[in-house]
Amino acid sequence: MTDQVQSQAPQTTGHVWDGDLQEYNNPLPAWWVWAFYATVVFALIYWVLYPAWPLGKGFTKGMDTITYVNNLGQTKTVPWNTRALLMKEMNKAAAEQKPYFEKVMATPYAQIVHDPELSNFVLSAGRSLFLNNCAACHQSGGQGLHGLSANLTDDYWLYGGTFAKIQQTITYGRHGYMPPFRDVLSGTQIAQLANYVVSLSGQPADQTAAKAGDVLFHSQTAACYYCHGVNAKGRSVIGSANLTAPVSWIWTAYRSSNTPAENVAAVAHTIEGGVYKGVMPTWKDRLTPVQIKVLTAYVHELGGGQ
Amino acid sequence: MEAGIEEQRGLYQKRIPIFPRSIKGKFRTFKTSMLALAYAVFFGLPWLPWSREGAPSQAVLFDLPHREFFLFNLTIYPQDLITLSLLLFIAAVLLFFVTGLVGRAFCGYFCFQTLWTDFFIFIEKWVQGERPARIRLYKQPWNGEKIVKMALTHGLWLLVAFWTGFTFIAYYAYAPHLLLAFVTGHAAGVAYATVAILTATTYVAAGLAREQVCMYMCPYARFQGVMYEPETLVVSYDIHRGEGANGRAVPHAGLKTREERTALGHGDCVDCGLCVQVCPVGIDIRKGLQYSCISCGLCIDACNTIMDSVGFPRGLVRYDSEIDIESDQPDKPHLSWRRVRTIGYGAAIAIMTSLLIYKLATRASFVVSVEDIRAPLFDVMPNGDIRDRYQIRVTNKTATAKTYTFSVENLPPGSLHLGAIPELTVPSGQSLMVQVGVELPHELAEETHEIHFVVTQKGPHGGSIEQHAHYFGERD
Repeated sequence: MTDQVQSQAPQTTGHVWDGDLQEYNNPLPAWWVWAFYATVVFALIYWVLYPAWPLGKGFTKGMDTITYVNNLGQTKTVPWNTRALLMKEMNKAAAEQKPYFEKVMATPYAQIVHDPELSNFVLSAGRSLFLNNCAACHQSGGQGLHGLSANLTDDYWLYGGTFAKIQQTITYGRHGYMPPFRDVLSGTQIAQLANYVVSLSGQPADQTAAKAGDVLFHSQTAACYYCHGVNAKGRSVIGSANLTAPVSWIWTAYRSSNTPAENVAAVAHTIEGGVYKGVMPTWKDRLTPVQIKVLTAYVHELGGGQ
Repeated sequence: MEAGIEEQRGLYQKRIPIFPRSIKGKFRTFKTSMLALAYAVFFGLPWLPWSREGAPSQAVLFDLPHREFFLFNLTIYPQDLITLSLLLFIAAVLLFFVTGLVGRAFCGYFCFQTLWTDFFIFIEKWVQGERPARIRLYKQPWNGEKIVKMALTHGLWLLVAFWTGFTFIAYYAYAPHLLLAFVTGHAAGVAYATVAILTATTYVAAGLAREQVCMYMCPYARFQGVMYEPETLVVSYDIHRGEGANGRAVPHAGLKTREERTALGHGDCVDCGLCVQVCPVGIDIRKGLQYSCISCGLCIDACNTIMDSVGFPRGLVRYDSEIDIESDQPDKPHLSWRRVRTIGYGAAIAIMTSLLIYKLATRASFVVSVEDIRAPLFDVMPNGDIRDRYQIRVTNKTATAKTYTFSVENLPPGSLHLGAIPELTVPSGQSLMVQVGVELPHELAEETHEIHFVVTQKGPHGGSIEQHAHYFGERD
């Protein structure tokens, strides 16, 4: 190994087989052996401090503990485990977010969206709140799903797109309802109304039927104008649909790629059966006021806020 | 060994202690100056003040929590690290280049393992004396003298190791405050842990393990051999000259002058063993090129000293190439760079260094990234226009807050809707985002596939960055 010490003849293990068969002894370097012992000592210390040995249904819990605050606000001290570690880290993150939430709570909406730093906080905190609570129906980007939920990114709003209206919608929920007309109106009358509704957005329709539908729409017989307004643009107080903008419809299978007859049939179907699924739940019991405020600002900034 | 007799042997090989003798010479001087330079830089740099706006006045500071890296007047953000990774490439190729030319010069003169070991040997020699004194001390039983000298040696080693560890962490926080917090017990736990680990590893690697680090742990020592070529200059023993026909011989009466030795067929090597005694890894260079040799040149200094004293020419041990050593008519030792490998490495270094300088010199003072919001792909506005929305993130890499404006190219005015934040002010070193919409009439939307966003920094030394993003519209 070193020439400073006179080198010796090669060492053997001392075993001799068959009279002359020997084995060279190439021992491990000392540092390697000591490093191995160090890992043994490390393991022993680890066993004492952390969960290690399975014991039937349980395991040795170790001496190290973690203190955290759970979701109910109780302070818990438990033996070290990864879930408690996560909770502790979540506590820490929540403490770091707290000043921002407090600032959001104390700032009017109009100022939040004009302040780059606060609006960036709202966009990131709001995004995680939205994905956890809203995206199941309204989809990840708030684009909504035809037949299920409203598009929150465009300029059409059923109940209004101001900060106050959005906050009201999230806090108390909404219940959109249109009665079925199959028992009130005849098939001809429904067809006339459907042609009229389709013609409102400039789409091809039977003009004669549409004219009759116009009269019917504004009559006491069908009384459509009562909810949808005289100009058929909907009324945000009750969340009735804007019949002049098929692109904003949620419940009617209207497609610009369909034939006019298919679209008339789709509208007639809605008039016959009504709308009863337009329910958004209330969130005031599930979200805190500041979470609702962050979500309101986030939804407002999705593109359609008024 | 007799058959049947089993001798109990240890399971492991104890380190055979090495007591390098000190030597004077040009390689020793070079090594010492490199050591002084490296220590001055490593230990001094964290204490070098540097006035800087809005950041700690420390010339070199790696601020991990804030993701900012200060190098004198340069502030580097994580986005620039890909550029700096060029530095690593340059360092690697430089290593290959140098190794191809002059062997393991890095190991012998620049490697921190070598430098720290060298310094620890200085301490050892200062406390315990020259090689014979150290061997005597090693062999003598434990008594007062041995305890005092050993304790002093190891104590000084630990002190140097501790200061090495502390200096390392001083690069990651404002050093004066860190030192104060450290000694008063207020520094972060990770600071104490890092210093403890680095103290222990420095002490073990430079004080106890020494050449074993190079021989057993360092992968570089093992693969450097493949970079050698026959032309590479390595520390070599001139075997023809040293051994002669009848081998080396200790001088005695009748075998002293070169003529006498040549007549009897003996070479110039007087077998004094000084080259072995000075070797920090304890090898005999006369056995030829070995993987343990760190190419420090101390044996050259040793041999030259002896050659001078016996009146023979210098250079029995010297930097020379394998070709020369094996040849009967050797050239004068010279750097041979006219080789494909060396030229290739050299070209690679030149290209990458120019690229790095160019990249650093032309790097923009801010970063822009534009992301298309794809859920939904687009919205239809009440007037039939198609709107696509984008998130624009701006990172300000300057030392002061800056304001940025946004525009789009080649589209009618009013197409870009900025929303509540028409101008974005970003504090120094931070990045903020705005959401914008691009609204186009139906016909224009159908033929538009890409939007060219231009972000402009207001004020003097401003500048613009253009970024392209997809535009999705209703297509028939």
